[in-house]
Amino acid sequence: MKYFYVGATPEVERPPLEAVRQRMAAEYGAPVKEIVLPSVEFAFDTGRQQYRSMDVLEMLARICPADAAKLLALTGRDLFVPVLTFVFGQAQLGGRVAVVSLARLRQEFYGMAPNQEIFLERAVKEALHETGHTFGLVHCSGQRCAMSLATNVRQIDGKSAAWCAACTSQLRRAKGVIR
Amino acid sequence: MKTHWQILVVDDEEVMCESLAAWLREDGYHVDTAASGREALEKAQQRDYAIYFVDLKMPGGMDGIETMMQVRRLHPDASIIIITAYATVDTAITAMKEGAQEYIVKPCNPEEISLLVSRIIKVKNLQRENTILRKKLTRQYRVQDVISKNPKMQEILALAHQVSSLRSTVLIQGESGTGKEMVARAVHFSGDRASKPFVAVSCAALAETLLESELFGHEKGAFTGAGQQKQGKFEMADGGTIFLDEIGDISPKLQVDLLRVLQDRSFYRVGGSQVVKVDVRVIAATHVNLQQAVADGDFRDDLFYRLNVIEIRIPPLRDRREDIPLLAAHFVEKLAHELGRDAGEISEGALKVLMAHDWPGNVRELENAVERAIVTCHSRTLTEEDFSFLMEIRESAKPVTIPAGMTMQEMERLLIVETLRRASGNIKESAATLGIDRSTLYEKIKKYEIPR
Repeated sequence: MKYFYVGATPEVERPPLEAVRQRMAAEYGAPVKEIVLPSVEFAFDTGRQQYRSMDVLEMLARICPADAAKLLALTGRDLFVPVLTFVFGQAQLGGRVAVVSLARLRQEFYGMAPNQEIFLERAVKEALHETGHTFGLVHCSGQRCAMSLATNVRQIDGKSAAWCAACTSQLRRAKGVIR
Repeated sequence: MKTHWQILVVDDEEVMCESLAAWLREDGYHVDTAASGREALEKAQQRDYAIYFVDLKMPGGMDGIETMMQVRRLHPDASIIIITAYATVDTAITAMKEGAQEYIVKPCNPEEISLLVSRIIKVKNLQRENTILRKKLTRQYRVQDVISKNPKMQEILALAHQVSSLRSTVLIQGESGTGKEMVARAVHFSGDRASKPFVAVSCAALAETLLESELFGHEKGAFTGAGQQKQGKFEMADGGTIFLDEIGDISPKLQVDLLRVLQDRSFYRVGGSQVVKVDVRVIAATHVNLQQAVADGDFRDDLFYRLNVIEIRIPPLRDRREDIPLLAAHFVEKLAHELGRDAGEISEGALKVLMAHDWPGNVRELENAVERAIVTCHSRTLTEEDFSFLMEIRESAKPVTIPAGMTMQEMERLLIVETLRRASGNIKESAATLGIDRSTLYEKIKKYEIPR
């Protein structure tokens, strides 16, 4: 039996983890297990004052339990890849692990009043997006699809928290790996 | 249609290379990486990448600018994006001067890089569509556009190329659907006359008098309905090439007229008294054996020798089966694009079916078969089932065997049974095929006790 694992690094509060965990259970129809993840301070880059996303993915691949079909991590830290100023998340395309950064999903990051509902909605959408990549899905041209590329929160807010019909059908074929 | 486009990321820093490649792969592109300018060039020789991301500063004697210049020599149409961590106005100017399409400073905003790539791909898609449409519109095939690896075809194509700039008349012989017009166009568009008109006339499609006026034009009042002077195809093709398809079907009178044009490059318009002089290269084609037609007295021998200065005989597709996979793949790519379908490949099983078929309709039949399969298929891969209609055709085309000692009556019965089977029992169609009345057919069915 393979499980879908969801975990969070120590700084992440309970509500986003719970929202994502519930949604993953509903979407993938697989038993979801929680995992306690270590801090990602080792991936801190002093020059950029951000965290190296690829190092985080490597760490996740190392600690990924043997009975895990997929492992999704949530972190409160701001992630980056060397060529880009930041990433909302990263995944092994067709692999087992993915990470979502919550840092830029909060309204406060943009100098606005906090809004928990918007924040949780964004976290769920990004979780669907990154885990979709682990099932081999690439970016979708449908702007409302969860697999569409978002490079800012406006685009995240513009998409729905669901996959389009084409991505769903591709996912259905790939999901066999879970059960 | 992202998957068609391939990207090469060139950076000596592995983490930089891999992170950009991974990000682009998530966007659906096929991405390769190279750790140096030299490795990039090696890869560029093997694959035609649409976009190159090249780091400006790389060790080993080949920096980004040098790499870009060498790649552009190999692939002038490639889009090159120079990446650097140290932006100066000078390097930006140098990069753009040497042909970089864009210049980005790392780290860059994800939005910027995403927009940049989608903008380039959009332009490339348009360019590609434009090339396909232009080719379709003008059908400006050149010798290198003819797909074949058959040695006989290679010889033919070499000959076509060799004679493309001469004015000598060419006679193309081959079965229907072998691509006679395509070869004619290849001869024209590969030679000195490429910028001049290519005018194609199907001699079989028109009645003698109409064909005469079509070829040579007519004067005002030459015949009823000739309200004004009209240029003929020979005049329209002046400076270029006239392609006379199905030349074997022209009447004896037209054969004489044509002989005169080939001798003097001059003619009279129908109803005209003034000689019209033209500089036209004639390429003729026929699916009938013209030599036999000469021997039978149906075609003038002097015209035959005038036409047959350079002879090109295109082999039927069943004699060059090695071309079937190549042509099928070409048609899948072309037609999937035209029909807006996602079909991309042909399965092993389907290929076996294609290789086993005899293709009486040659390349044209193959193209039609691929189109039918693309329209009816349900996945990206065309399978054996998608071509099952070919097996039905083969089944229905089985020759009827005549056992020794058969009587005329038995023979007639067999013919009726087979005709009815091919027409799925349709009496009207069967009677028409057999050239008899429906009532006669009914009588014979009754007489021979043919079950229906």
